[in-house]
Amino acid sequence: MDKPPHSGIQLQEKLDVILTTAAFDQKVALLFLDDGIFQLKQMQQPEKQGLKDTSSIFNALEIYDVNDIYTEVESLQERGLKPSDLSLPVKEFYRKDINELMRSYDVVL
Amino acid sequence: MKYAIQVNASPYLSSVGYSAYQFIEAALKLDHEIFRVFFYQEGIYHAFKYSTPPDDELQMTAKWTELAKKYNIDLVVCISAAQRRGLLCDDEAKRQGKIDQDLAGGFRISGLGQLLEASLLADRFIEFG
Repeated sequence: MDKPPHSGIQLQEKLDVILTTAAFDQKVALLFLDDGIFQLKQMQQPEKQGLKDTSSIFNALEIYDVNDIYTEVESLQERGLKPSDLSLPVKEFYRKDINELMRSYDVVL
Repeated sequence: MKYAIQVNASPYLSSVGYSAYQFIEAALKLDHEIFRVFFYQEGIYHAFKYSTPPDDELQMTAKWTELAKKYNIDLVVCISAAQRRGLLCDDEAKRQGKIDQDLAGGFRISGLGQLLEASLLADRFIEFG
């Protein structure tokens, strides 16, 4: 996830893929990079624009046993964010280790 | 090599869909297998039967239909992405109490399970757009 929230229907459609994959008993992990980090930012107030609070959408992941939520240390720092600003507990990886993390998965979307 | 392809971009916003088409055609000519092409997000706009671009432009939908016919490849359009954007086949339209049949020849409408299956069974999974 590297796109900011509220940029069209993209998030909802990505989430559908994640939940379908998880529903078929595949192991799914989410990696939030760059402006994608803002998807998890708490205290959003998008309702007046007819949008959904993206941080709460991700709470459903736990029901589907999707618990591996990763972020990049540098992406957080560059945006002045801390893990405590996010709606879910995240595992942080340094930029230099992201490549290896992605390599450890069979399919990357 | 067995490939699964996902297309997420519409035909008129970028040339990504055409790149996917060219890749598929090249792979087939070299005797590789295209297990499935899955159209998702804005990619579903490739499957509109009545899209009628001017004659001097790329006829993307017709090209896919031809390709499917020639090589017998499986072109699948995601049902939820399609319905959201007003693309319904005959069966689905009836189920929704609507009258519509927009799906171009060679395409079929199905669910995300088809994407998952393709990504797991293929040797390589490539996402365009």
